Amino acid sequence: MKSGLMSFIKRAAAIVLFAPALAMAAGAVVHLDKAPVSTDQAALQHGAKLFVNYCLNCHGASYVRYNRLQEIGLTEQAIRDNLLFTAEKTGDLMKIAMQREDGKAWFGAAPPDLSVIARSRASEFGSGADWLYTYLRQFYRDPARPTGWNNVVFENVGMPHVLYELQGEQVAHVTQNADGSKHVELKLAKPGKLSVAEYDKSVADLVSFLVWAGEPMAEKRKSIGTWVLIFLAGLFVLSYVLKKNYWKDIH
Amino acid sequence: MTTKSQAVLNWIDERFPLTSSIKGHLTEYYAPKNFNFWYFFGSLALMVLVIQIVTGIFLVMHYKPDASLNAAGVPVAFASVEYIMRDVPGGWIIRYLHSTGASAFFIVVYLHMFRGLLYGSYRKPRELIWIFGTLIFLALMAEAFMGYLLPWGQMSYWGAQVIVNLFSAIPVIGPDLSLVIRGDYVVSDATLNRFFSFHVIAVPLVLIGLVAAHIVALHEVGSNNPDGVEIKKKKDSSGKPLDGIPFHPYYTVKDIVGVVAFLFFFSAVVFFAPEGGGYFLEFNNFIPADPLKTPPHIAPVWYFTPFYSILRAVTYPLFGLDAKFWGVVAMGASVVIIAFLPWLDRSPVKSIRYKGPVFKTALVVFVICFFILGYLGVLPPTPGRTLVSQICSVLYFAFFLLMPWYSQLDKCKPEPERVNFK
Amino acid sequence: MSVDQEMDSGRRTLLLATSAAGGIAAVATAVPFVASLTPSERAKAAGAPVEADIGKLAPGEMMTVEWRGKPVWILRRTPEMLASLDKTEDKVSDPASDKPMQPEYAKNKFRSIKPEYLVTVGICTHLGCSPSDKFKVGAEGGMGADWPGGFLCPCHGSQFDLAGRVYKSMPAPDNLEIPPHKYLADTTILVGDDGKA
Repeated sequence: MKSGLMSFIKRAAAIVLFAPALAMAAGAVVHLDKAPVSTDQAALQHGAKLFVNYCLNCHGASYVRYNRLQEIGLTEQAIRDNLLFTAEKTGDLMKIAMQREDGKAWFGAAPPDLSVIARSRASEFGSGADWLYTYLRQFYRDPARPTGWNNVVFENVGMPHVLYELQGEQVAHVTQNADGSKHVELKLAKPGKLSVAEYDKSVADLVSFLVWAGEPMAEKRKSIGTWVLIFLAGLFVLSYVLKKNYWKDIH
Repeated sequence: MTTKSQAVLNWIDERFPLTSSIKGHLTEYYAPKNFNFWYFFGSLALMVLVIQIVTGIFLVMHYKPDASLNAAGVPVAFASVEYIMRDVPGGWIIRYLHSTGASAFFIVVYLHMFRGLLYGSYRKPRELIWIFGTLIFLALMAEAFMGYLLPWGQMSYWGAQVIVNLFSAIPVIGPDLSLVIRGDYVVSDATLNRFFSFHVIAVPLVLIGLVAAHIVALHEVGSNNPDGVEIKKKKDSSGKPLDGIPFHPYYTVKDIVGVVAFLFFFSAVVFFAPEGGGYFLEFNNFIPADPLKTPPHIAPVWYFTPFYSILRAVTYPLFGLDAKFWGVVAMGASVVIIAFLPWLDRSPVKSIRYKGPVFKTALVVFVICFFILGYLGVLPPTPGRTLVSQICSVLYFAFFLLMPWYSQLDKCKPEPERVNFK
Repeated sequence: MSVDQEMDSGRRTLLLATSAAGGIAAVATAVPFVASLTPSERAKAAGAPVEADIGKLAPGEMMTVEWRGKPVWILRRTPEMLASLDKTEDKVSDPASDKPMQPEYAKNKFRSIKPEYLVTVGICTHLGCSPSDKFKVGAEGGMGADWPGGFLCPCHGSQFDLAGRVYKSMPAPDNLEIPPHKYLADTTILVGDDGKA
């Protein structure tokens, strides 16, 4: 009930706030799929594992400490045993060994730090999570690219499709829209280890983890906020009655 | 009161005007009893100033104004903000209070200024209060602009780059001036450090001084009210204004209600929407500053956009000087002109309640233009939008410059002798 | 005060209730601000327990590890060094380590878990300087003919024996602090965590 109301308020606020932003979407329109972001601990743990296995080689999350993963239900021992490859202590930051200069040379641009990627990728077209969810599912084979991969939402991206083992290989079928814009349709040419549904779920978990990493205190923030608002509502009633009491003398 | 505490109070009063100050500014400061909703925003502005100063003090303990890259390749300043958000206990609350407070400050101050427009609070004898207020607004803009650079994100960086470059439009000294402001050929570590210094010390000092002057001047002449009549003209036998009530306790308890209501909405943003939909914390500002790559669309933070629109609306060169220069002049003038209101308004009455249809229409048009300009300021320009912003800019200035004419020509209702209450 | 006398009881109750609620709000607001003054996650991570490999430490040698930004000495004492502790017994101010400057398991003559290895925080208990080692016995070390080996604080001259016990009539009030520590293996010491929290 509470969360339903909250999400309604949020959606209404988003519509009002984004009105100007939507109006300015004169340039390229990006269609994003709605990311099924979860705060479920099992999903976040799965996402963390995927992140450490597939992302943390090139991308750091250099503001996140490993021991913070205890907040998504992992024990310190589990973190040490399953996730701690590049760092020594669980209190360390999720940094990578790769040098920025090497990254620049290999991919054309140094792979960005992913700590707040879910916050920075938000736009008038959707949340940062939506962007990431769409991006990670829309890689396709493109022999013209040095990595052999291209992406629908991030054209000519420097990053290769690191999850292709799981997703398989997609190919793009490009057609022209009536207004001259490109329409890209993706087809799975070679299946990967996971079915489409399984892959989508894995990406959703990974994105959920990135959303969590972007603002680990977000859930705590909301729960504190609820109490703050309830308290202030009570204080408002008290102060209002007090004001009425004083002002009854003024005629 | 016990004799002992009375003795202590006497001891202080002989050396410092404690009791007389409390009387003069609170218990025996007589404010009109007919203040309405619009009169909350003065005390709220003071409240937000306190929030910003206190949270600012604590943020400075952890923030590092350093543009160099750390081991992970992230600018130290940017990383130190995330350090506050994650590693410092309670840091995220303090940071969100400060970032939300910046926007809240402008919301409250704009409403406070609008109150002045509604009820003619700038009119004689309150011209100095109004001028101090305009200076506070200017200082606040400087404070917000320089504070916005500190997170050292993409919007911080390119926003500062664009605004500092405005100064280079000034003939002769311009290019050197923007060089002196930046301390470098581009916005850099040197710029970050001086903006930090100005943001945490210089401008707050000026701001506090101006706020003190604003309040002292107000308490010297007394508050205006929604009826625009001087309560000091009608006094009882003991010399108290008939329509006045002591600020304390009546307006303290009333302002507390306003403060609590404000804090409710403020907390709702801090705890449930600290990004303010991308308007309070812009999404691109979660990307560290990159001097080699401008984000596709940069707009100033929402509270600057009306003035930014005026800047962009000027597209014609004049007197051999290019449009950029005149844009800067127009933007500067659009803020400074506010200070001249006391001498532009020639209406026989102060309050909107007794002003005629001409002034009311002018005010409505002005407010609509201000909103349209603000709205266009966040959008990328197109020829159509530029035309709209040009029309709105002209109307914006017309509101001020034609006021001596239309305010006299208006058919006003007579002001009452006493204030209306209930 | 006169206002109080005139005040009706309803107003008084309201005023008290509002003030109390406002007070609670003020205290609650202060919580994150005070919390922000305590050590951050970075400081805690930097202050996490450190492992020291003592396998290569020869008798009579001392190594230093950093724990919470402070030097922690690990001294492998020779039999002669251990014997010197009997001689200093009546010269030091707290020979039995009665003051709580060490965990319970180091409250013994050697002030250590294994007599051979002294693990101590190398910070003088006077004003926080780091003492120098003066292991050379007698006049040769410049400490007087009857010096049995120990530590000398360069700041104010406090002297400690080879168990970190402070000599009598020195500026330093207490023995050197023994940090919580444990042996993970015969040659590995974990400083900062003894499993007893």
